[in-house]
Amino acid sequence: MARALINVPAKAKKGEIIEIKTMLSHPMETGFRPSDDGKLVPRNIIKRFVCTYDGEAVFSADLFPAISANPFLSFTLVATNSGVITFSWTDDNGQTQVQTAKIEVA
Amino acid sequence: MILRALWILPACAMLLAVAIAHAEIPAQERKSGAEFMSPQTQAMQADDASNPGMLAVLDGEAAWNEKAGAANKACADCHGAAEQSMKGVSARYPAFNAATSQPIDVAGQVNQCRAERQQAQPLRAESRELLALTTYIGLQSRGMPVAPPDDERLTPFRERGKALFNQRLGQLNFSCAHCHEDNWGRKLGSAPIPQAHANAYPIYRLEWQDVGSLQRRLRNCMSGVRAAPYSYGSLEFIELELFLAERARGMAVETPGVRP
Amino acid sequence: MKTQILSTQILNIDPSRRAFLAGAAGAAVCVIAPSARATPEAMAQAIKDFTGGKSVREGGVEVDIPVLLESGHSVPTIVRVDSPMNAQNYVRAIAVFNERNPQPNVGVFHLTPRSGRAFVSTRIRLGDSQKVVAVAQMSDGSFRSGSIDVIVTLPACVEGA
Ligand code: HEC
Ligand code: HEC
Repeated sequence: MARALINVPAKAKKGEIIEIKTMLSHPMETGFRPSDDGKLVPRNIIKRFVCTYDGEAVFSADLFPAISANPFLSFTLVATNSGVITFSWTDDNGQTQVQTAKIEVA
Repeated sequence: MILRALWILPACAMLLAVAIAHAEIPAQERKSGAEFMSPQTQAMQADDASNPGMLAVLDGEAAWNEKAGAANKACADCHGAAEQSMKGVSARYPAFNAATSQPIDVAGQVNQCRAERQQAQPLRAESRELLALTTYIGLQSRGMPVAPPDDERLTPFRERGKALFNQRLGQLNFSCAHCHEDNWGRKLGSAPIPQAHANAYPIYRLEWQDVGSLQRRLRNCMSGVRAAPYSYGSLEFIELELFLAERARGMAVETPGVRP
Repeated sequence: MKTQILSTQILNIDPSRRAFLAGAAGAAVCVIAPSARATPEAMAQAIKDFTGGKSVREGGVEVDIPVLLESGHSVPTIVRVDSPMNAQNYVRAIAVFNERNPQPNVGVFHLTPRSGRAFVSTRIRLGDSQKVVAVAQMSDGSFRSGSIDVIVTLPACVEGA
C-alpha cells in the first residue's frame, strides 16, 4: 500500500515525553474536486488513524477531507517501556495499513 | 485560468513600469527560493520527518532496487548503492549526451537507462515512478554545490537557454528575467517573486499537493504569463535547465525542496 | 482571538464558476464550489454534535496557525490545551472545525493520560478566509474552546489549465 514515514526516537528515558511524527503517502481526495472532464473526483481519504503502544490505543484520530494530502500527524507519548509502537491508517474502503517502530526505554 | 490572468494583469503592469534593462543578480545577492518562504514552509523542508518530498525519496529507493524490463535488471544491479554512485550527479546535470549529441537532464538519463539498459518502457514525464527516482537521485547531491560541467559542447545550448530566459513570452509579454532578475523580492499579488534558482528540484509543491519536476514548475510560470508551455522533455526546457544551472552555480542542492 | 493573513490558492473550485466570476468581478476572488460549503451555522451544529449540546467555555485552548502562510493546501496547525495530563485530569479529545470549507469537520484527535501533553500537530486545508475552532473534551466531561480567524488570498503562477 502507500508509503509511510514515521519518526520515533530509538531510545528514551522512562517517563520521558517523546514526540512522534507520522506521514502517509495519500491524496486525501476530498470528493469536492472536479477533474478535467468536470465530474467530481470520488472521495478517497484516510479516515482513521490509531497509535498503539503496549497493546493500548494511546492516540487516535478521525480525519475528514480538510486534512491535507499526505496526512501528517504529530503527537506526544510518555515513554513507559521498551517495545513496539504500532501505527495504522484506514481508508474509506476499510483498507488498513499497519507500520511499526521499536523503542528502547531505559 | 481567465480569473488568474485577469488578476495577474494589474500586478504585471506595475512590474513592467520598473523594468528597464535586465540586471543579472550579483553572486553575493543570490538567494535560494527557500529564503522567500515562510518559516513554517522552511521548517517543513528542513526536517526530513515532516518534508513530504521524503515520501517520494522512499518510493525512489524501492524503485532503485526493483528489477524491470526484458533485461530483468534493477538500477542497483549496475549502479550499486545510490549513496555512492549517484552522489553529485544531479548537481552536475544536465550533461552532454554523446549518443544524441544533445544535452540530457537526470529524468532523460533515467529513461535512457530504462530503455537501453533495462529494456523497459520509458517512464512517463511526471509519473510517480520517474519523480521518485529523480528525487531519490537528487537527494544524493543534497548539500553539494550546483556544479555544471565545463563542457564546451554544452555552450551553444546554454546560450540558447539564456536567450529563452530573456525573451518575452505569452499574452502578457513578459520574460523570465522581467520577474526573476528585475523584480525578485517584490510581490506578485501576495506571492514573493524568487530569483528562480533550480537547486531544490524535484520539489514538493504545496499547491500541487505532490512532488513535481522543474519542468512542471516552469510550465506554471509560462501559463502565468499566458504563454503556451513547452512540452515535457523538449529541447527548450533542457536549454533553460542548463542556463538555470549555470545561474545557480555554487549554490547548495536542496532536493527535495518544499515550495508554496 | 488573533487575526492572521494566509496567502493561498483556491481549493475545490468549479472551473465554469471560476470563469464566470472572472467575467463578473475580475478580481481575486476565493470561491469554493457553492453547492457544498459549510456555514457558521453548520459549524455550530457540528460542534453541538461533538459536545452533545453541553456548554463550551472559551479559553485554555490554543489554536496555533502561523502568520503569512503561503498555501491553503497545507496549513500547519497545532492545538495545545492547558491540562496536567495525568490520570485524574486530562484531555480526552480535541476536535477541530472550520466554517467555510465544504464540510465543517477537520479532525477529532483522541488523547489519553499516556499522551503526556495535550498537543496535536497536523496540516489542514483552508479554502477561504474563515474561523478555525478547536474544542477540547476534558476528562471530567466539560468542554473548552479556542479559535483563530484566518484570511486567505491568492498566489502567483499556479498550475496552468
Ligand atoms: C510574472 C512573473 C513571472 C514570470 C514572467 C516568470 N516567473 Fe518564475 N516564478 C514567479 C513567481 C511569483 C514564482 C514563485 C511562485 C510561488 O512560490 O508561488 C516563480 C517561481 C519560479 C521558479 C521556482 C524557484 C524555486 O525556488 O523553486 C523557477 C525555477 C522559475 N520561476 C523560473 C521561471 C522561468 C524559467 C521563467 C520564464 C520561462 C519564469 N519563471 C517566468 C514569477 C514569474
Ligand atoms: C545494465 C546496467 C544499467 C542499468 C540496469 C541501469 N543503468 Fe544507469 N547507467 C548505466 C551505464 C553504463 C551508465 C553510463 C553510460 C551512459 O551514459 O549510459 C549509466 C548512467 C546513469 C546515470 C548517469 C550517471 C552519471 O554519472 O552521469 C544515471 C543517473 C543512471 N544511469 C540512472 C539509472 C537508473 C535510475 C536506473 C534504473 C531505472 C539505471 N540507471 C539502470 C548502466 C545501467
